[in-house]
Amino acid sequence: MTNSSITNPLREMMKRFVLRWLLYLLLCTFALYYMMPLFVMITTSLKNLEEIRTGSLMSLPREITLAAWSTAWSSACTGIQCEGLRPYFWNSVLLAVPAVLISTIIGAINGYVVAQWRFKLSNVLFALMLFGCFIPFQVVLLPMARVLGMTGLAGSISGLIFVHVIYGIGFTTLFFRNYYVTIPVELVKAAKVDGASFWRIFFSIFLPLSLPIIVVTVIWQFTQIWNDFLFGVSFSQAGTQPITVALNNIVNSTTGVKEYNVDMAAAIIAALPTLLVYIVAGKYFIRGLTAGSVKG
Amino acid sequence: MMEWMEKQMPKLVLAPSFAASLIFVYGFIGWTAWVSLTKSKLLPRYDIVGPIQYQRLFDSPRWDVALSNLFVFGFLFIVISMLLGLVLAILLDQKIRTEGVIRTIYLYPMALSLIVTGTAWKWILNPGLGFEAMVQSWGWDSFTFGWLVDPDMAIYTVVIAGVWQASGFVMALFLAGLRSVDQEIIKAAQVDGIPTWRIYSSIILPSMAAVFLSAFIVLAHLAIKSFDLVIALTGGGPGYATDLPATYMYTMAFARGDIGQAASSAMVMMMVVFAIVVPYLYSELRARND
Amino acid sequence: MSPILEIKNLNKNYGPTNILNDVNASIEDGEFLVLVGPSGCGKSTLLNCIAGLEPITSGTIRISGRDMTHVSPKDRDIAMVFQSYALYPTMSVAKNITFGMKVRGIEKAEQDVKLAEVAHLLQIETLLDRRPAQLSGGQRQRVAMGRALVRNPKLFLFDEPLSNLDAKLRVEMRTEIKKLHQNLGASMVYVTHDQIEAMTLATKIVVMKGGMVQQIGSPAEIYMRPANLFVADFMGSPAMNLIPARVNMNGKGASFTITRSAAPPLVLHDENIKSLPDNVVLGLRPEDIGDASLRKGRKLQISNCHVDVVEPAGADTYVLMTLGGVEVTARLQAETAAQRGANMEFTFNMAKASYFDANTGERLN
Repeated sequence: MTNSSITNPLREMMKRFVLRWLLYLLLCTFALYYMMPLFVMITTSLKNLEEIRTGSLMSLPREITLAAWSTAWSSACTGIQCEGLRPYFWNSVLLAVPAVLISTIIGAINGYVVAQWRFKLSNVLFALMLFGCFIPFQVVLLPMARVLGMTGLAGSISGLIFVHVIYGIGFTTLFFRNYYVTIPVELVKAAKVDGASFWRIFFSIFLPLSLPIIVVTVIWQFTQIWNDFLFGVSFSQAGTQPITVALNNIVNSTTGVKEYNVDMAAAIIAALPTLLVYIVAGKYFIRGLTAGSVKG
Repeated sequence: MMEWMEKQMPKLVLAPSFAASLIFVYGFIGWTAWVSLTKSKLLPRYDIVGPIQYQRLFDSPRWDVALSNLFVFGFLFIVISMLLGLVLAILLDQKIRTEGVIRTIYLYPMALSLIVTGTAWKWILNPGLGFEAMVQSWGWDSFTFGWLVDPDMAIYTVVIAGVWQASGFVMALFLAGLRSVDQEIIKAAQVDGIPTWRIYSSIILPSMAAVFLSAFIVLAHLAIKSFDLVIALTGGGPGYATDLPATYMYTMAFARGDIGQAASSAMVMMMVVFAIVVPYLYSELRARND
Repeated sequence: MSPILEIKNLNKNYGPTNILNDVNASIEDGEFLVLVGPSGCGKSTLLNCIAGLEPITSGTIRISGRDMTHVSPKDRDIAMVFQSYALYPTMSVAKNITFGMKVRGIEKAEQDVKLAEVAHLLQIETLLDRRPAQLSGGQRQRVAMGRALVRNPKLFLFDEPLSNLDAKLRVEMRTEIKKLHQNLGASMVYVTHDQIEAMTLATKIVVMKGGMVQQIGSPAEIYMRPANLFVADFMGSPAMNLIPARVNMNGKGASFTITRSAAPPLVLHDENIKSLPDNVVLGLRPEDIGDASLRKGRKLQISNCHVDVVEPAGADTYVLMTLGGVEVTARLQAETAAQRGANMEFTFNMAKASYFDANTGERLN
């Protein structure tokens, strides 16, 4: 065993001090790496086009102007229309809120069944449902487009809600199942002896316990659905597009002068809801991310 | 009747979701597989002719680019994200006082839509006005960073943006994994006089095999689904230099009206994911089946 | 009067495995039945079958004369206390106890009356507003019992309720359960792996192994006349000595020859035996082997034996010897002069001996 710490305590202390500072330096550097794009987005959105062209990427705005923001919100062009992001923001809200609620409720009940009321094939059914989370959605785009067309839901927000619920159930069931599995089986037995029915047990016993997992699931689902692009761009049309699609249209529109500040402002507007959720309830978000992934 | 319903309630409750799964997942996959074996163009046809769509697919130079891009991007994205995530996790594991804040900063990109990420990085890597211009303005006149518009290098910009988005998540996973190692084993090693770095390499990392696997699966999954990022960052270009199977499929389905190609490319994506995820799911479910 | 619980030819299979094999048992009203056996013997499963929480493959269960084989738990007129108490975590103690009544639609006023009665009986009146997480192990146990009591059932079922408690608390709660049984005169079925609990609480014991009933009887019967080698070894602490012996039948009953290393064989006699096979296993409890200098008696047989280990244990001293190739424990009084490595005179009380077939393990006397 090396006893340098005994022979030279001062040296040990200095070594640890230097290492510690190196550690913090590294961590800070990486923090800058992650913050940089956000910083650039914000500063660019506050500059006017002249400054963007002549100035440097990471310089602070010489003159702060909010013009880009108001353009992004109410007059940027997303194709033929030039109404800004505002209508599409509301599209996303109308899409996300019902989809999150419905998929969470269904996931809770499914998870309850799979965790506490196992029957002969329940694990097989669960596995089959779970598999649906992992498929690349490209493989269902075409048939779904046809089905939506046949049922008259094509291009509507209800159609999008339907799609997000169907493909969100796998994940929400997984979250609730993993949570409910930790509740001892004897609780259900005691309730059965007390005479409670399947639904009674769910509403009186399991639901009151479920707040942590409900929060995780809602945050996860909201983030997934709000940020989705693939389903949005495949199944919506000009008036019903969610905000991610509108953002892409604004940024990639080929008409006129490229207004980078508007692009940045629009990107931030699109990112704000999920970013706010993350900042406020971040640790639940992390729990959701790691819920299915880390064993135990 | 009521008794029967009460007894069968769990099955009745699960049935609709399972049925939905059956139709909208497996049924749809079946439909796509079927169509991939037909001559469908703008509209689907249902008479099976054989694997001609797959032959056309692999004959197409654009698909070659898309596929090779997938492997290049996939490989770099997964490896760099895992390395970076591991390094960050180890750094953060050293009992930092502001760990919560730093973790929040590393992880927030995961809360963003890939469209937002793509848009931001598209601006940053803009040849004339972004990073390149900034470095030039610092006096380094000959610096160029035109990767975004260079057909050979454009795919690497997707890697950069992807790693930025996902490495924080990998770090969170690994941090949780690092911390789940039994503290008593570590204390025993410390008492034995084993240096910290050795404790990591010989004791902690080997015990994290399961977490590495989980991270790999999630990243692989993200890589294969990468559609939003490419659309926002490069639009698949320049030309189709940054095409990925996902963008190829979309173009074929909605822009080119070639449903047969769209179906076959989707099926190829499906099979790649299948080959990776199924063994993983099988082992996960067996372990959790207590 | 029909028995309060009657189990006939009960079989339970789970797929290809047979978990309970032809179980027959019954108890009268007011009895305390204990199902005891090692882990995996099927005792908990049997209890769950009685409760209706598990289906059975064949056989019948009658509670209070009515066939309950296919009746759901809530209609079997039973109450159950679980190993982990299974208290509803988000409800207060009061709500935990009244939940069942609420489900059955009993009037609030009546619920309150019953709650007060039970709370008083179990001395948990001060805990009524607390959540389970705020209670100690012993308190939770009492709330679980309160939940069961309030149902006023025909049968109380206990699934290893004391296993989660520390040793001292376990002894206290054991006594409380016994007192409860005596005060209420209720019929109880109790599962445990602890044979001491079984002996102290039961009026009737069912010893189980591998899904099969080994013996049913009162604690005294089980203790003094175990039906086979398994029961002999499982019940009683320290375990009964099981010594292989060769049998010689002669005019005056049987004589048993037990080999010893480095000494001539030990020979014991039993006049009351009419016939036995050539090889048996002789069962003698430690307290039936004594120190000859301290114990007298006409019926006791004396022999000189070599002492291997001496273990003083306060009120008794345990002495270990080797007889017939097995380690034999004798429970001597603390005043014994036994020395390790020395020889001493021991008494063997053959009147208490049990004989088992060396092959089948079944009791022969």
